[in-house]
Amino acid sequence: MSGESGGGAGKTNVGQRFDRLPETADEREVEGRATRREVVDWWDDRFGVPPETFDGYTFWEKGKGKIWILRGEAPSPIRVEALGMTFLRTRQEHWKPTTDAVQRFGREATRNVIRLTREQARTFVRGEDQELDWDGDWGYLVAAHDQAGAPEPLGVGLYVHGELQSPVPKGRQRDL
Amino acid sequence: METLERYEPLVDDFEAFLDACRRPLPSVVRVNTIKATPERAKAALDEDGVGWTDREWSDTVLELDTDAPGSTWASYHGWVHGQEEVSAIPAEVLAPEAGERVWDACAAPGSKTTQLAALMDDEGLVVANDNNLGRLSALRFNTERLGVTNAAVTNADARNFSLKPFDLDAFDRALVDVPCSCEGTIRKNPTTLDDWTMDHVRSVAGVQKGILRRAVQATKEGGTVVYSTCTFAPEENEAVVDHVLDEEDCRLVEFDVGLDARPGVAEWDGERFDESVRKAKRFYPHHNDTGGFFCAKLEVAG
Repeated sequence: MSGESGGGAGKTNVGQRFDRLPETADEREVEGRATRREVVDWWDDRFGVPPETFDGYTFWEKGKGKIWILRGEAPSPIRVEALGMTFLRTRQEHWKPTTDAVQRFGREATRNVIRLTREQARTFVRGEDQELDWDGDWGYLVAAHDQAGAPEPLGVGLYVHGELQSPVPKGRQRDL
Repeated sequence: METLERYEPLVDDFEAFLDACRRPLPSVVRVNTIKATPERAKAALDEDGVGWTDREWSDTVLELDTDAPGSTWASYHGWVHGQEEVSAIPAEVLAPEAGERVWDACAAPGSKTTQLAALMDDEGLVVANDNNLGRLSALRFNTERLGVTNAAVTNADARNFSLKPFDLDAFDRALVDVPCSCEGTIRKNPTTLDDWTMDHVRSVAGVQKGILRRAVQATKEGGTVVYSTCTFAPEENEAVVDHVLDEEDCRLVEFDVGLDARPGVAEWDGERFDESVRKAKRFYPHHNDTGGFFCAKLEVAG
């Protein structure tokens, strides 16, 4: 078990297991690891997703900076292949939510949501970048369109220099 | 088709059975209630100009009038998932509830895992295991696409699965949808019987027995285990259940699905099984215009 014990200073992330995120910076033992509060606050600051949306969920790191979200609890650390859903990429200047997380939780977003027309949505889900006018912040946006009477998130888009880039993963891209 | 001749004594209207086996399957999807209600999914299909037909036995199963259900907005959003009609049976029979701990012993590629999660309102824990590392990526892809957050994926031989990583004594329920000779999938894959051998049936039946035994052991007293295959072979169906009734403390229980079914067979190839195997159900292609399927529901006694 050497190298796997939880406590102590100077701990680093262990690649092949899931560690639960500390609640706050005071409880942080692994340098650079995001805290639960930072993750929840990020979704609130960036997209206006209310923090209580994530009550009942736990957050985990496996692979440096890769944050996963699990409904409910599990022992920490835990060695499994997947735990809940990939959620957020941290440990880089701009944190990046996953396409699947934005589809799942992006309905709650009230900020930095770009509404696309059907044609723009088609371009986006083909994985193609497109020139678009957008008055808001640059960076990661919730890309949404109207579907069955209400806005529905398509995934995360990256807006820079007048262009909406589509990071939809290859396996999720469609020609609709 | 010659392989299927061995089932003539079991199947009524055998010619209609063979005819159905030669026809392609209708295009069927399951509505993923983690992301959309059936009403909203149908509205999205309407917007796409894709016709749909309700299936009486389940609110979430729809037949579509397209050969490409994946090429719809409803599918992109993860509101619907292409899943053969009979493949939706075992999770409905297991009927897990929100907050329970459920084991999916042979989970890839995840159609049933995601259905279990949806039935649980994505609350509790689904431990989705598969021994085939190569198929885990499809399993993970599907759980994420369908917005499942209550599943943990493991890669182990189900026959000696350990609950230790989860700090659990036992599961509330288990789904045992085992690898099999897949005879019932011939409508989807017409070459599926090309490599059929009795040796393979015998060897896969041994694995099936081991997995079902482990599932009964890993489930709490009073808990439910559902065993299913997509094959007609009694060696892989009633014989497996009969073996586990002998070896483990469990019993078969009656169940209902709103599809036309035949009871399990208590006698095959000179062998007699426990009479209670009649409580299992056999689904034949010509009765509901589906693939072939077998499903048994067990209650763990002690």
